[in-house]
Amino acid sequence: MAEESKNVTFFEKLGTLDRRWIFLMIALAVIIPLIMKYTTSIPTSPLVQRLFDKTEDLPPGSKILMSFDYGPSTAPENQPMADAFTRHAFEKGHRVYLMALWPTGARQSLQLIDELINVEFPEKGYGTDYIHLGYKAGNQGLINTLLSDFTAMYTTDIEGTSIDEFPMMEGIRTLRDFDLILGLGSGFPGTKEWVQFAGDPGDIPVGGGTTAVMAPLLYPYYPKQMVGFLGGLQGAAEYEYALIQAYPEYMQKSRLASTSMGPQVTAHLVIVAFIIIGNITFLVERSRRKRY
Amino acid sequence: MEGQAILTTPLANTIGVWIGAFLTLMIFSFLYRDNPFYKFAEHLFVGISAAYWMTVAFWTTLIPNLFARLWPSHMGGVLPSAVGNEREWQYVIPLVLGLILLTRLVSRIAWFSRWAMAFVIGFAAGTNFTRYLQSDFVSQIQSTMVPLYEPGAGVGAAIGGIFSQLVIVGGVICAIIYFYFSKEHKGGFGKAARVGIWVLMAAFGASFGYTVMARISLLTGRMSYLIQWVSGANW
Repeated sequence: MAEESKNVTFFEKLGTLDRRWIFLMIALAVIIPLIMKYTTSIPTSPLVQRLFDKTEDLPPGSKILMSFDYGPSTAPENQPMADAFTRHAFEKGHRVYLMALWPTGARQSLQLIDELINVEFPEKGYGTDYIHLGYKAGNQGLINTLLSDFTAMYTTDIEGTSIDEFPMMEGIRTLRDFDLILGLGSGFPGTKEWVQFAGDPGDIPVGGGTTAVMAPLLYPYYPKQMVGFLGGLQGAAEYEYALIQAYPEYMQKSRLASTSMGPQVTAHLVIVAFIIIGNITFLVERSRRKRY
Repeated sequence: MEGQAILTTPLANTIGVWIGAFLTLMIFSFLYRDNPFYKFAEHLFVGISAAYWMTVAFWTTLIPNLFARLWPSHMGGVLPSAVGNEREWQYVIPLVLGLILLTRLVSRIAWFSRWAMAFVIGFAAGTNFTRYLQSDFVSQIQSTMVPLYEPGAGVGAAIGGIFSQLVIVGGVICAIIYFYFSKEHKGGFGKAARVGIWVLMAAFGASFGYTVMARISLLTGRMSYLIQWVSGANW
């Protein structure tokens, strides 16, 4: 009887646990793996593998449009996707066209140029291997216009230089001139609009990479309306894994998402533990109430 | 191409990193309880965001899409590529509609702004209607009507494929039945609706799981920033 009463007290206390203890546990679950540099490799799922294979199978020199439709607030999820994909595209010798439907996206693509392209691919030339077209207002209306007349909206690059001066802009008249569009997004306008306003009406291969919150909304488009898809940080980590499998020289460089997946695993374990504890507490409390 | 670094000098970068770190801690302090530091950071964020978006809208929408079309020869200082272009008179229409929108500020003639709003809503509805119908309705139905068996697949893949297609088709039909309210949910119809609820619950669960992953990813990003700040790696 005394034992039972002790148990009840314990579960009662657990049921009214101050939520700040949970916050602390989650914080520790993230901080400790970061300090310990705990990483984990996530095997590639078919969704991600198909996007990887599509990029892999394109002939060198193919034109890939990357749209940065996110901002710094979701960069921890989206930027590793951009990094891994750009490495792959350049490794295959593709030409990369950077643009943004979000004004903050232009800044993120400049970060890609600063921290990745200029550092890891200094031999790639601006205007011949990659170009930054910058941000344009218009949301899905912009995509609509680009589908019929790309140069009507983009007459200059981000720095105001006429696009006629860049060799890689030769032959770009509409979105149909691109071999692949990759929409990296975290909301509206984003990957969904690329599927709706470019991929479907233009029959252009569209791949996507979105924050995990957006991912469930995009899954229905796979595989018929999207060639492949990176869902959240896990998607980025899977793409890194595929890249490392195909090109082991990226083992050290392409680890940004994989590094962040360590804390992800431990934090999820803590959350699952709290869910189980919460349910046990609920069941014990309910059975106690029934008894008395 | 050289990137346009926001913080161009090491000192400016260090100051930026310290401000970022303190603002992050101020926001996190709300997890303990509401306090003036959190309030300050919150108000600062709202104010800066409003100013940022207003500035962005002016320089990326009004200047290139309106003023540069109507007065290209006056754009030398801000948009040199527009100088020499011909004036496009049709842009008077959006200018007028934009000005009409501002009549909301004067209550006596505020009703005028409805014309501009009607144009905006009409344009958005017209543009989106066909695309949503095609991509989110017709194509989604096509994606659901898939063959159960794909010739050439191995036995294991074929069984897995058939099961997967049945789950998709059955799940969609049951979820639609749940939202069909013209017939009472009884008997076989009621059971199908019940399965529809399970399908919806599974979808909500997956959505919640992804949301948790997204939030932890963002937390990891901020923690990583703070760890680098403490160690001096990003100064």
